[in-house]
Amino acid sequence: MLPALAILIQRKGRSKVGKWTRRAFVTAGVVAGGGLFVGVAVRTGHRTPELASLVADDDEILVNAWVKLDQDNVATVIVPHSEMGQGAQTALAQMLADEMDADWDLVQVQEAPATSEYANYALARGAVLGNADIPKILVPTIDGLMLQVTKALGLQITGGSLSIRTTGHYGMRVAGAAAREMLIEAAAAKWQVPAQEIETQASHLIHASSQRRAPYAEFASVAGQMMPPASPQLKDNSQFKIIGHDVQRFDIPSKVDGSAQFAMDVQVPGMVYATVRRSPVFGGEIAQLDDRAAKAVNGVIDVVTIPAAKKEDMFSGKQNIGEAVAVVAQGYWPAKQGLDALTVQWKNIGGEEADSDSIFAQFDRDLSARFERENDRLQGDVNLALERAERVVEAEYRVPYLAHACMEPINATAKVENGQCELWIGCQNPLGFRDSVAEALGFDPENVTVYNHFMGGGFGRKSNPDYAIQAALIAAMVERPVQLIWSREEDIRQDFYRPAVRSRFRAAIDAQGDVLSWENTYVDKHEPAEAPLIPYAVGAQDIGYVASPTHIPFGAWRSVDHTQHGFFTESFVDELAAAKGVDAYAFRAQLLQDKPRHLAVLNKAAKEAGWDRPLAQGRGRGIALQESFGTLVAEVVEVTVTAGEVKVDRIVAAVDPGFAVSPDGLKAQIESGIIYGLSAAMFGEISIEAGAVAQSNFHDYQILRMTDAPVIETHIITSGGPAGGAGEPGTPAVAPALANAVFNATGTRVRQLPLKNYDLKFRIEESDEVV
Amino acid sequence: MIRLRVNGEEQAFDIDPQTPLLWALREQLRLTGTKFGCGIGQCGACTVHVNGVAMRSCMTPIAAVQGQQVTTIEGLAPNPDELHPLQQAWIEAQVPQCGYCQSGQLMSAASLLASNAKPSDAEINAAMAGNLCRCGMYGRIKKAIKNVAGVGYFDPAQGEV
Repeated sequence: MLPALAILIQRKGRSKVGKWTRRAFVTAGVVAGGGLFVGVAVRTGHRTPELASLVADDDEILVNAWVKLDQDNVATVIVPHSEMGQGAQTALAQMLADEMDADWDLVQVQEAPATSEYANYALARGAVLGNADIPKILVPTIDGLMLQVTKALGLQITGGSLSIRTTGHYGMRVAGAAAREMLIEAAAAKWQVPAQEIETQASHLIHASSQRRAPYAEFASVAGQMMPPASPQLKDNSQFKIIGHDVQRFDIPSKVDGSAQFAMDVQVPGMVYATVRRSPVFGGEIAQLDDRAAKAVNGVIDVVTIPAAKKEDMFSGKQNIGEAVAVVAQGYWPAKQGLDALTVQWKNIGGEEADSDSIFAQFDRDLSARFERENDRLQGDVNLALERAERVVEAEYRVPYLAHACMEPINATAKVENGQCELWIGCQNPLGFRDSVAEALGFDPENVTVYNHFMGGGFGRKSNPDYAIQAALIAAMVERPVQLIWSREEDIRQDFYRPAVRSRFRAAIDAQGDVLSWENTYVDKHEPAEAPLIPYAVGAQDIGYVASPTHIPFGAWRSVDHTQHGFFTESFVDELAAAKGVDAYAFRAQLLQDKPRHLAVLNKAAKEAGWDRPLAQGRGRGIALQESFGTLVAEVVEVTVTAGEVKVDRIVAAVDPGFAVSPDGLKAQIESGIIYGLSAAMFGEISIEAGAVAQSNFHDYQILRMTDAPVIETHIITSGGPAGGAGEPGTPAVAPALANAVFNATGTRVRQLPLKNYDLKFRIEESDEVV
Repeated sequence: MIRLRVNGEEQAFDIDPQTPLLWALREQLRLTGTKFGCGIGQCGACTVHVNGVAMRSCMTPIAAVQGQQVTTIEGLAPNPDELHPLQQAWIEAQVPQCGYCQSGQLMSAASLLASNAKPSDAEINAAMAGNLCRCGMYGRIKKAIKNVAGVGYFDPAQGEV
């Protein structure tokens, strides 16, 4: 999603702030190299009384926007990212605490309130700069202009695997280092000693020769008055004491005793409950509503309708959100009983004739028409390669729509009273939600307060504010606080889905089996832009896409476009290795000779998996490699196929995130991403019938269970490269590695997901379509 | 009026007897550690103990547990100052990610170990198969259960598969 933000900033830049462009930002930072801007996170202007009142109690001093110290010497790290299990809040605190030389036992985290002051400028900065290879001179500084831009954009997003590599490196570390330097300055002045003689350790200031030692807290108020350093000195990796080490996550104790507060656990005085049903055919409206039976249900208070809406954002463009009917009751149970008792006739605005077959047929037609085909990459001469080819290999793949199916069904609690709205929610974009709800209510954003909570899963779903708007509108209509809870059925049927995609490949091969050209056309491009690109040394490449819109709403789903393109490209590479008649791992390695980081993860995964170890009959091994969100991941999957049933035995992953801030946290994220991707590859399928989603709950939208879960080994490579993400990169490689393993075991090439639709009892000989 | 004991305390409910136990616990008693996940007994997030045995509270009408002993995640620990060994193991293995399913996972695991102190892999799988974890922490859950059961944990990095 990172490039989407970059585009967003550019566009907004043109309209809102005139001459500010992507280039101007980068230039501004470089130009300022001699006299750099004061870091936003640590500049005095950021310590406004308004901000202080939001995060600091009376006895606390706000040293800067990212950390506060209280009189017990406890450092509270204020994190502008939501927690959905990815552990980012703890890892971000590690980054700040290490640079601050804080005592880890005296560190706690607090999620930043959804106010403009906490707009995620660091994330925007990462987006503007494309994140990769940011000039070192910029790393310890923050461009002051960014705050203003980011405030205007309403960025407080958790997504794109960005928390650590943007907020962490450009916010937390800088803030921690600045705080430390300010405390040293304050102590130096009081003790009348040179600042460079003062050392810091475990939240204490130490002046060895005069045998002085004082807790940070003693100087917090003085430091709070000081001008922060423009360019605080960051540690070298070798100096880390907390970064790069495993710590226990802050949120875990509350998640084992039931005390963790998810949005659905909120109890607002006077609160009633609601549940909704939206038009099953996306975008539809209510033609006729008979709510007499619903209102007769004991405990039902009211039945209201929520108007249809158009959603528009940079990621997914314009999408139609259908009209909905909500039943409000004294509890969820009567609300659900009431909903089930409603008789609704829907009026569709189109789309009711569509089903999965017609949608894939449309994709097929549009791929063939190549109307207004756009290129992701065009290099070399593919036509010349085809002329010279000994063989041409063609293949086509497809993936279905996928729901996010977060464990916590969609919910939000709203109170609308006296021109003010309060919203209790778990979401990935609190500031954006605030603005969306304000717009829906006709309020100024200042009159909407968002209390963000732990999310019971997010995976991209909870960046769409539709449910927040519903809750606010219902609360406004019934004039009392409302907790809106979607049924699982509504959650599955009213998602913003990972798109269904069809992708075609053609490669020219010479007499030795070497690849002369790589052609790929797929439908519908979203983000990240680089997802369909391959790292392999193929001279002629023509990678592009055509538009083929449907009425199915779509959105970011863990690793976004990488989920489908990882499957497509890494399956086709495997087919080319098979066409050449060589080992799938060796084939890739040969094409990665000028990509040392890629080669290293590939080699590591193969080595740890014991790639050369022979497998018994019925077993198979597959490999795949996908870089996403700045992190390189190679995975080897081992399967056993017995009587057509595929059992995934083991998955070995090699991961290069540049540097792992929290090694166990990274491993947990990779394990999680793998299971999420494996679930989808094996079972995941949202199919469309008569314009609506056919599945409804976990019995027909299956999720991987413990019985099916393989052993996972994760090996981390610390290359020192640019910082990469953790939440998403584990997902893309697993589907192709699985499909390649099934091919290895059975000879059947899995070109369509999910795997459950294949009958593997018999070996299927598919033509390579040799021309 | 429907009466039952929840975490050792007598409770009375004046609600529709068909109301699932889940909603009575969450809305009437404010015991929100028990989670709503699917409403049809497919995900296990709502798992509680009824007389010590794991049960899906989203499918259990409150009338069906009249006079029974219900234990929720809030009552799993032996006392307020001490965690259940599984809860401790969950922290040590850093099991939860989003955490939403974990109350149910813990209740299922506790029910398993109460009846089978040394479960095999297959027995753990069977007992836990009804509990979905969308964050995919099955490996860590299994590790934590085995640590408590003292049946050893298979370290994949060390051995064959």
